[in-house]
Amino acid sequence: MHELSICRALIEQVREIARNNDASRVTEISLEVGPLSGVMPELLLEAFPMASAGSMAEGARLIVDMEPVRVWCSRCQLESAATLNRLVCAQCGDWRTELRSGDALMLKSVVLEEARSEPSGQPAEEQGYV
Amino acid sequence: MCDSCGCNLPAETGASTENRKTIEVLGHLLEANDHRAGHNRQWFERHGVFVVNLMSSPGAGKTALLEATAELLGERFRIGVIEGDLETENDANRLRARGLPVAQICTGTTCHLDAHMVYGAAHELPLDSLDLLFIENVGNLVCPASFDLGQHCNVVLLSTPEGDDKPAKYPVIFRKADLVLLTKRDLAPYMPEFDPAKATDYVRQLGNAAPIQEVSARSGQGLDAWAAWLTRGVAELRKTRALTEA
Repeated sequence: MHELSICRALIEQVREIARNNDASRVTEISLEVGPLSGVMPELLLEAFPMASAGSMAEGARLIVDMEPVRVWCSRCQLESAATLNRLVCAQCGDWRTELRSGDALMLKSVVLEEARSEPSGQPAEEQGYV
Repeated sequence: MCDSCGCNLPAETGASTENRKTIEVLGHLLEANDHRAGHNRQWFERHGVFVVNLMSSPGAGKTALLEATAELLGERFRIGVIEGDLETENDANRLRARGLPVAQICTGTTCHLDAHMVYGAAHELPLDSLDLLFIENVGNLVCPASFDLGQHCNVVLLSTPEGDDKPAKYPVIFRKADLVLLTKRDLAPYMPEFDPAKATDYVRQLGNAAPIQEVSARSGQGLDAWAAWLTRGVAELRKTRALTEA
């Protein structure tokens, strides 16, 4: 399960961003993941509490947006939706396509709480990840 | 509900927005790994080493292929290996017996190699005196695909007993292949259901034009074409290096 390694890398990256912004806590992390990145969002969400435990991102909301798989056919001059193992042009069926989206593994944004902030009043169990 | 006392506002659930800020990042999640991989690649190029990342399921014949490659090209090129396994130095010892310098990475429970592991292991090898470095990744068709190591090419092995539809089942890794080797072709008479044309078609469906070669480390079938592919890779790297240094 390489999603745990990826989550750990994510926590490192987020910690650095928080440090550079004088924040003490990370409350939300937004990702964009395409299925061709080889990363399963479900497993990321499962690994996140383990990877973030004890870090400033513990209890943060992890939002994972899925990037659709789309390919470009230069012969048809057409971009179309495709599936994971059939990256072919929807119009002519040619496989000589160019991937336009679907392999993203991107940290889009983080929501930080500044050092002077008061602790959240929300019960811990409701701050879970999505 | 009114606009004056605030009763129309949602309940306060956390710190006030004044204490919060949203930072747009838009960066790759594996930034640290990719950064290290980029450095690895430059470092290998400075030493003039062509680096191949070998990936496959466990038991597809990566080590047997390297044994055969050592025999085939050992006189022409100086070959080194970084060997990735969860446990044991069995494969490393097989290759050391062929006279190759081998750095072993035992990943423990980790299912893939990453650029940092490769960086550490490459220090154990005499890079200056190598032409060709193989990174034998952990046998796994899923996880290794997500991690750049600093290699120049990905070679994915698909062995005859595995079945010809593996590229459709593991699209992420086969899409990234620069060369697909259909291995253990000496077993073809016993496994006629494996159709190389179908395997090729499944790879093409992934939008991948990579060459597909049939080989058998045991019988020697197809090894000349494999050697020619490697020789071209080494030559191209040397050409690029000569241009950069000129």
